[in-house]
Amino acid sequence: MSISTKTFVVAGALAAALAAQVAPASAQEGKEKCFGVALAGKNDCAAGPGTTCAGSSKVDYQGNAWSLVPAGTCATMELPEGRMGSLEALDRDMAG
Amino acid sequence: MFDIAIKALPARPGVGYKPQHFKDILENPTPVKWLEIHAENYMGDGGRPLAQLRHLTERFAFSVHGVGLSIGGEDPLDEGHLARLKHLCDWLQPASFSEHLAWSGHDGMFLNDLLPLPYTAETITRVADHIDRVQEVLGRRMLLENPSSYLAFAGAEMPEVEFLREVARRTGCGLLLDVNNVFVSATNLNFDAAGYLSDFPTDLVGEVHLGGHAVDVDDHGAPLLIDSHGTEVVDPVWQLYAGLIAQTGPLATLIEWDNDVPDWSVLAAEAARAARILDLAA
Amino acid sequence: MRQDAFTKALLDPTLAVPEGLVDAQGRPAGRRFSVYRNNVANSLTEGLEQGFPVIRKLVGDEYFKALAGNFLRAHPPTSKLMMFYGAEMPAFLADFPPLAHLPYLADVARLELALRESYHATDATPIEVEVLSNLAPEAFISARFKLAPALRVVVSRYPVWSIWQANSVVGVPAPVMRPEAAIVIRPGYDPVAHLLPEGGAAFVGALQAGQSIGAAVDLAGEGFDLSAILGLLIGGGALIELNEET
Repeated sequence: MSISTKTFVVAGALAAALAAQVAPASAQEGKEKCFGVALAGKNDCAAGPGTTCAGSSKVDYQGNAWSLVPAGTCATMELPEGRMGSLEALDRDMAG
Repeated sequence: MFDIAIKALPARPGVGYKPQHFKDILENPTPVKWLEIHAENYMGDGGRPLAQLRHLTERFAFSVHGVGLSIGGEDPLDEGHLARLKHLCDWLQPASFSEHLAWSGHDGMFLNDLLPLPYTAETITRVADHIDRVQEVLGRRMLLENPSSYLAFAGAEMPEVEFLREVARRTGCGLLLDVNNVFVSATNLNFDAAGYLSDFPTDLVGEVHLGGHAVDVDDHGAPLLIDSHGTEVVDPVWQLYAGLIAQTGPLATLIEWDNDVPDWSVLAAEAARAARILDLAA
Repeated sequence: MRQDAFTKALLDPTLAVPEGLVDAQGRPAGRRFSVYRNNVANSLTEGLEQGFPVIRKLVGDEYFKALAGNFLRAHPPTSKLMMFYGAEMPAFLADFPPLAHLPYLADVARLELALRESYHATDATPIEVEVLSNLAPEAFISARFKLAPALRVVVSRYPVWSIWQANSVVGVPAPVMRPEAAIVIRPGYDPVAHLLPEGGAAFVGALQAGQSIGAAVDLAGEGFDLSAILGLLIGGGALIELNEET
């Protein structure tokens, strides 16, 4: 691409991007924008529930995740080429 | 020794601040006069947590309550963490800083729980040394909170109140009296909660905590109360609190609710109940 | 009783309750010690559940709890800041043999960590749209931009963004197998993950490395949709400082 072509293309892209902005982004938010729930992870000084959950279970400690089978959306998400649960084969295809 | 007075918080109700209550608190703060935050949740670099605090400091006094310093830890204090704490306190300028009589990490690990200490002369020295260092770095007096106990130490040398009094005497720190913790420990370890409160050096109390607990049982079927902060304060704790305030006069009083956090109106109603007790003593 | 023995027994329920811990009658503490065991395991598990909601959805609640039990014992927190707990999760997932058939999990975890980091990142004021509008084309091409501290890029051999999206938003199309790069930007205080157009990761990487717009465009390669990526960066408040060549 020649210099002038590039200038033309890049400037056009910036103008198009600017024109597509609905409202200018700003970190100088008003008070109402402070509303919203913390994303995740918090420290507190409360105790957890009781004496009989995961922390004291020998079964859990010895590695439940080694014997259980994942049973969330990974087992059901369909891909045109197959299930997400069997990406290994696809991965091999991609590498090949 | 330090320019921050023990009783620097307003002697009125406060609540443990939860981000989901941001809007409600600003619209309808009654009867809450001050807010407490857990220091560690505001040690990020920016974003909404700090932006919310910036707005709330215009309306409320603040208490910073640490949960990670491990004051009773055998490890040396985490100086990096202490520096973050200083940064937060220098910026927020809270009326009060408090931490727990507990340890929460070992050998570089952080266990995210308040773990128990044997009340011995050796522990007093360690805790006092750590409090000296915290107060030196922060340049302010701190309050030390009595814990909820689930078990006892065979090697304990003194009762908890005596331990706290001695630590305060050596360091000049104030105390945070958690009345629910007293009730929980008294039930779990079979002592008289009212007797504990009448022995307590209430002139050193800068803040009172009230919270809910859960009920379990030990191996012998005895009640084992757990400091879960997930329900209303129970009536026997309100009675202990009312008895305390009748003796001491009004003290800054916090409603703590950390698990299954309810709507603002529920929390405000708990604070209103504390306000009525404080009004009677005013 | 030293804290070393207490700590070991906390994390390993197959160990006996440490000596010297008793009830009010002086009998062994027994399940009273379990209160602490549970507090530790439960609070760390909850932290991971909140931090990795999409991983949790992908493997299921029960499986995630079990996985968290393994993770927290392999990687107990070393920082007191629970908001950043779980940084080792991508590597842990990548090396966890029972999940070897789900090789995309590690990258999804990286995207979830990126969102958390973005949420707590330093605030920055974006360059005014007017300033950008008034730049001469040549000045824009040679300009170097500083990007917002809240910006993150996650590059994957898997459809990391589509998987994340399909498990975060209702009614979006199912992922198709392809490599994807996601960008996390934070307009105001809420981080958002977007799919980067082809060449986008190279472009943003070049800007982060201090390259000019022109050089970054060259690195992004043929068929690169510059307008789309500029739209994302400007809309996300990600361009925060402009250094024009003199």
